Amino acid sequence: MSTAGKQKRERLTDAQLLMTISICIFVFMYAAAMIFMGGGFLKTQQLFDLLNDNAALIIISCALTIVMIGGGINISVGGVIGLTVMAGALFLNAHSDGGPFSIVLTFLLAVGIGLAFGLLQGFLVSHLEIQPFIVTLAGMFLARGLTTMLSVNPVSVSHSDFSALVKTKIQIAFLGYTAKNGNLIPAKLEIGAVTAVAVVILVYLMLRYTKFGRNIYAIGGNQGSALTLGINVRRTRFYSYLISGLLSGLAGFVFLMHKPAGNASVAMRSEMDAIASSIIGGTLLTGGVGNVIGTFFGTMILATIQKIIALSPLNASWWQDMASGAMLGVFILLQSVVLSQRGRGRMGLPSWLKFRKE
Amino acid sequence: MQNNEVLRMRGICKSFLGVRALNNVDFTLRKGEIHALMGENGAGKSTLIKVLTGVYEKDGGSITVEGKDAHIRSPQDAQKAGISTVYQEITLCPNLTVAENMFIGRTKGALVNWKEREKRTAEILDSLGIPARPRQELSGCSLAVQQMVAIARAVDMQCKVLILDEPTSSLDEKEVEMLFGLMRDLKSRGVGIIFVTHFLEQVYAVSDRITVLRNGELVGEYVAEELPQVELVAKMMGKDLKDLADLEQVGVKNAGEKDMVYEAENLSSTEARPFGFHIRRGEVNGFTGLLGSGRSESVRAVFGADRVTGGTVKMNGKSVRITNPHEAMKAGIGYLPEDRKRDGIIADLSVRENIILALQVMRGFFHPMSRKEMEQFADEYIKALQIKTASQETPVGSLSGGNQQKVILARWLLTHPEYLILDEPTRGIDVGTKLEIQKLVLKLAEDDVSVTFISSEIEEMLRVCSRLIVMRDRKIVGELTGDDLTQATVMKTIAGGEQ
Amino acid sequence: MSVPVKRKKASGLSQLIIPLVALGLLLLFNLIRDPGFYSVSIAVNNAGNPVLSGNMISIIDSASELAIIAMGMTLVTAACGGQDISVGAVGAIAGAVFVKVVFAFESITAGALLAGLAACILGAVLFKLFNGTLVAVFRIQPMIATLILYSCGRSIAYWINGDATPQISSPILSAVGMTIPGIPVPTPIFLVILTGLLMMLLFRVTNTRLYTQTVGINQGAARLNGINPVRIKLLSFVLLGVCVAVAAVIGIARLGNLSHKTILADIEMDAILAVAIGGNNLGGGRFRLSGSILGAYIIQMLTTTLYAMNVATVNVKAYKAIVIIVIVVAGSPVVKARLSALLNRVRPGGAAGLRGVS
Repeated sequence: MSTAGKQKRERLTDAQLLMTISICIFVFMYAAAMIFMGGGFLKTQQLFDLLNDNAALIIISCALTIVMIGGGINISVGGVIGLTVMAGALFLNAHSDGGPFSIVLTFLLAVGIGLAFGLLQGFLVSHLEIQPFIVTLAGMFLARGLTTMLSVNPVSVSHSDFSALVKTKIQIAFLGYTAKNGNLIPAKLEIGAVTAVAVVILVYLMLRYTKFGRNIYAIGGNQGSALTLGINVRRTRFYSYLISGLLSGLAGFVFLMHKPAGNASVAMRSEMDAIASSIIGGTLLTGGVGNVIGTFFGTMILATIQKIIALSPLNASWWQDMASGAMLGVFILLQSVVLSQRGRGRMGLPSWLKFRKE
Repeated sequence: MQNNEVLRMRGICKSFLGVRALNNVDFTLRKGEIHALMGENGAGKSTLIKVLTGVYEKDGGSITVEGKDAHIRSPQDAQKAGISTVYQEITLCPNLTVAENMFIGRTKGALVNWKEREKRTAEILDSLGIPARPRQELSGCSLAVQQMVAIARAVDMQCKVLILDEPTSSLDEKEVEMLFGLMRDLKSRGVGIIFVTHFLEQVYAVSDRITVLRNGELVGEYVAEELPQVELVAKMMGKDLKDLADLEQVGVKNAGEKDMVYEAENLSSTEARPFGFHIRRGEVNGFTGLLGSGRSESVRAVFGADRVTGGTVKMNGKSVRITNPHEAMKAGIGYLPEDRKRDGIIADLSVRENIILALQVMRGFFHPMSRKEMEQFADEYIKALQIKTASQETPVGSLSGGNQQKVILARWLLTHPEYLILDEPTRGIDVGTKLEIQKLVLKLAEDDVSVTFISSEIEEMLRVCSRLIVMRDRKIVGELTGDDLTQATVMKTIAGGEQ
Repeated sequence: MSVPVKRKKASGLSQLIIPLVALGLLLLFNLIRDPGFYSVSIAVNNAGNPVLSGNMISIIDSASELAIIAMGMTLVTAACGGQDISVGAVGAIAGAVFVKVVFAFESITAGALLAGLAACILGAVLFKLFNGTLVAVFRIQPMIATLILYSCGRSIAYWINGDATPQISSPILSAVGMTIPGIPVPTPIFLVILTGLLMMLLFRVTNTRLYTQTVGINQGAARLNGINPVRIKLLSFVLLGVCVAVAAVIGIARLGNLSHKTILADIEMDAILAVAIGGNNLGGGRFRLSGSILGAYIIQMLTTTLYAMNVATVNVKAYKAIVIIVIVVAGSPVVKARLSALLNRVRPGGAAGLRGVS
C-alpha cells in the first residue's frame, strides 16, 4: 500500500516521463550534431528536410501509437502505404489529363483504401476477437500482394498537375540562409510535412480531449474495467483500427506527394520503424500509456540518427540499420530501468520482479 | 410498502450448459436499506448479481426498478436503470487519473472538459471524505481509496441500487469502518445497497435485512435483528447444527516441548523488517494483525517469496540458506499464498498438473514423473480432499474457489512438508470447506507437521492456533499463548492496548 | 460423498480440429482440381542420383525450415507470451557465421562443416540469448525486444562476411540441402523429423513442457512453486536459436550460397502464422508442437497449390493472405462459439459435425 506524501504537484505520469526523456534526447542529439558536424545541421533546412523526408513515417507512427495505447498492434501500415502509392500512381497515370479533380479523386482513393483496411481489420480484431498481430500480419500480406498484382514494375507518375503539387513547397524566407553567391535561399517545407505536423496535433487533441480518445486509454489500461465502467470496448477498438487505417491511407498519399512513383518495395518494413518510433516516444506495447507528441520526437530521433550516419564517413545502409537498432535497444533498456525504478505495481509486475532501490 | 421498493426481482432463472445456477429466485430491495445477500460458494449470489448488472442474460423472470420493467442486457443497460456495482477487484483504470475514473464512460458529448471534471471530482471526494486528489493517477492510491473512488463514482451517477460485491476483503479494520461510514451515509440519502460478503460480523454491523440463497434457490428473506448468527450459518449451509457443534469441538493443541523445526533470527526481506521467529514440530501457530501489518510479508520472507535481505535460518537445528522458494521447498517448507488467483493456481493447467507441480519441481527438471504416477497421485488427493471436479484433466481455473484452494493444498501435502505455511487458506471460501480445512490443519499437526496459519478472522485463528504472533506496523508486538488466547486480548494487542 | 473422477485422454486435441480441417480441405480441393497434383515420380538429378519428385514431396521438403523454426517459435510463444520477429535476421547471422568459419579452413571438409555448424549454432544461441535476456530479465515484450535484431540483424550478417553472396559448395552440403546419394527422399525432411524427435525426447526426459506452460500461464505462481521463470524463458530462446541455426544451414545447403538479404526471408511472419494456425494461444501458456508443424505445412501447401493453379508468383501473397484470414476467422473463439451454438440448435448434441463448415 502506497504511503506517498501529499505533495501539491502530481508527479509525472509514466507517459509524460518517457516523452520528456525522448524530447531531451532529441534536443541533445541535434545540438551535438550541430556542434560536431556543423554544416547542414546549422541550417533550418536540415530540420525541415527531416520532416519532408519522414512525413509519411510520422503519420503511420501516429496510427501505431493510437492502436498501441489501446493495447493492440497494426503491422499492415507499411503495406497499406505501398498499396495506396501504387494505386494512386496508376490512377494518376490513367487520368493524366484529368486536371486537379483527378488529384482529389486520388486522395479519396488513397484514404478509401486505408479505410477499407481499417474496416476489415477493425472488424476482425474487435468483433471476432482475433489477435491483432495475426490480423494485421495477414493485412500486410494482402496489401503487399495487391500491390504487386497492380503492377510488378515500378510506375512513375506523369501527371502535370500532380507534378506541380509535388513541387509546391512552403517557403519561409526568414528561416533560410544566404548562399555563397549571395542569393537568399528560403527554407522549404513540403505540404506532406505540414500535413504530418497537423496530424500529430489533431491526434494529440483527439487522444487528450475527446471521450473517444480517453476511452482508448481506458481499454488499453484495463479492458475488463473499461467494460464495467460503461465503455463500449468493441466500438472503441473498432474505431481505433479504422482511424489507423485511415491514417495509413493518408500517409500513402503524402508519400506519393514526396516521391511520385509506385514500387513493390515502397515503405518496406516501415511498420517496424513506426513501432520503434512509438516506443522511443514512450508508448508501451502493453497498452494504456503513450503520447503522440513523444511519438513525433521518436520518429525525429530515428531520422536524425540516419542523417548523422549518412553525413558521416560511415555512410552505408548497414551502419544506419545498426545505429537505429542500437538506439532502439538503448531506449528500450532505459525505459525498462526508468519504469521499474519508480517501483510501481502498475505494469502488472509481481513485486518480486521489480528492481528496487535499497 | 410497495412504493418503498426500489428493486424487485421475481422468478429469476439462469442455467449454464444445462446446469441450473439460479432457480426461480426472488429478491426485493427497499429504499435506504442495506440488504445483505448471503450464501455459500456456488449458492448463486454472484450469478444473481451478474444477472442484475447485465453481465449475464437471465433465462427467465422479471426485474423492475422503481416499479418500471427494466430490460438489462449489458452493463450499460444496468447503469442506465440506476444500478451500479463496486466489485472486490477494483474495476477502474489504473492508468487514468482519479477524476477521469469518476467520469469516464458516462458523460454526454464527444469532448472532455478536464477543468469541470476535476472541480466536480474535488467536490464529491470532499463531501464523502475520501482522501484522494482529482489529478492523481489511480494506481498511486491505496486499494481502499480506489474502492471508495469506485463508490463515489456510483454515488455521483445517482444510482438507486448500489451493489457492493465483497468490498471489504482486502481492507483493514480502519478502512472497513470508513467504508461502513460511507455506506450509512448513502443509506440516509435513500440509496438501496446490496451487500455481498463472507464476513458474518460485518453483515450484522451494517445490514438491515438478509436474503439467503442456497444451491441456486431462495432460502428466505429475514430482518437482520431477528436472525441469530448461528441460525444464519445453518440456513446458508442447509445442514443441522451438528457440523457447527463439531466446529466448536476443534480444540487447541499444545505442541509442548517438541523439537524446533524452524528458527529464524533477524530475518528480513525487501518487504519485511527484521524479525525473529520459530516453530516446533507439530505446532500450529499464527501471525495476526491488521492488513498491512506485515503478517503476510513475514511469512513470504520465510519462504523466500520476496528477496531475502538478511538473517539466519535453521531447519531442525542446522543452519540453511533460504533465499528463494526453491530452496525453501528443498528445506521442507510449503507455502499456500494469500492470493489464490494471482499466486496459487495455474488456471489453464489441469487439476492433475496443478496437484503434482510442486512435487515435480522438487524432484528436479531432469526427473519428470510418468503419466501413470501423476494420475495416481492426483486420484489419491482428489479423493482424500474431496475435490469436486469433473475429471483430472479439467482446467483448475474452472473449479469453484474452495476446490481451487483444495487443489493447492493437495499440491503442498503431496510434497510432505515438515513445515507448511497457509496464508488466508479460507478466504472467500464457503463455510463447509472452511471447516474441512481447519480440521485438516489440526490433523496435520497430529501427524507432526508444523503449520503457520494466517487468517483475517480472529475467531478462526483462536480455534486452530496454539500460539499467536501479533504484528503491528510491520513489527512483532506480542506473542500470545494459553490463557491469553482470547478475542479480547488479541484485539488489545493488535490495537496496542489503546482499546 | 463420492466424487466422480473421470480420465479424459484426448484433452487439448480439439485445438487441432481447425488446422486439420483446413489441411483436409486443401487436399480435397487439389484432388478435385487435378488428381495429378499428387503424382509422385522418380527422377534423376544432376548428380545422377534418383530422387522422388512431385508436388507433395516439394511441399514437405520446402516447408522444412519453416517447420523447424515454428517448433522453436511455439516454445518462445508459450513461455513468454509473445513472438520473436528476428528469427530470419538471426538466421542470416548464423548463416554468415557458418560460412565464415567454413571458409577459415583450407578446404571444405566434413570437419570444417561440423566446425561451421557448431559455430553457427553457438552464434544463433548467443544472439537469441541477447533477445532472451531482454525478455526474461528486463521484462521487455518479446516483439519489442526482437525488433532490434529484426531491424539490424541482416546488416550484421552482411558486416560479418563483407560479401553479398558468398558461394559455398561441397558434396556433403548438397547432401544436406538436397538428397543423400541413394536415398530418394530430400534430406531436409529427415532433418524436420529429427528435430521433432529430439524435441519429443526433450519433453520426455525433462520437464520442459510442464515448466514452460506453467511460466507462460502464471509466472508469479510458477516462481512460488520453485520454478525459475527467467531460466525457462532463456531456455525457450536457446532452443529457438538451435532451430534457427539448423534452418539457416539447410537454407545455405539448398542454394549453395548465402544471401544475407534473402535467406529465411519473411520466415518470422510465416512461423508466427504457423503457430497461430496450429491453434496455439499467442498469449502464451498451453501449446502443441504438432499444431505448429501442421500450420507450417498448411502454409506451404497453400503456396504450392496457388503455384500449381498458375497464379503468378507476385499474386500468391494476396491469395495466401485471404486464405489465412479465413482460417484464423474459423479458429476465432467468437466464431467457434457461434458455430457450436448454431449446430446445437440444428441438431441437439451434435457438435461433432464441425467438418462441413469453414
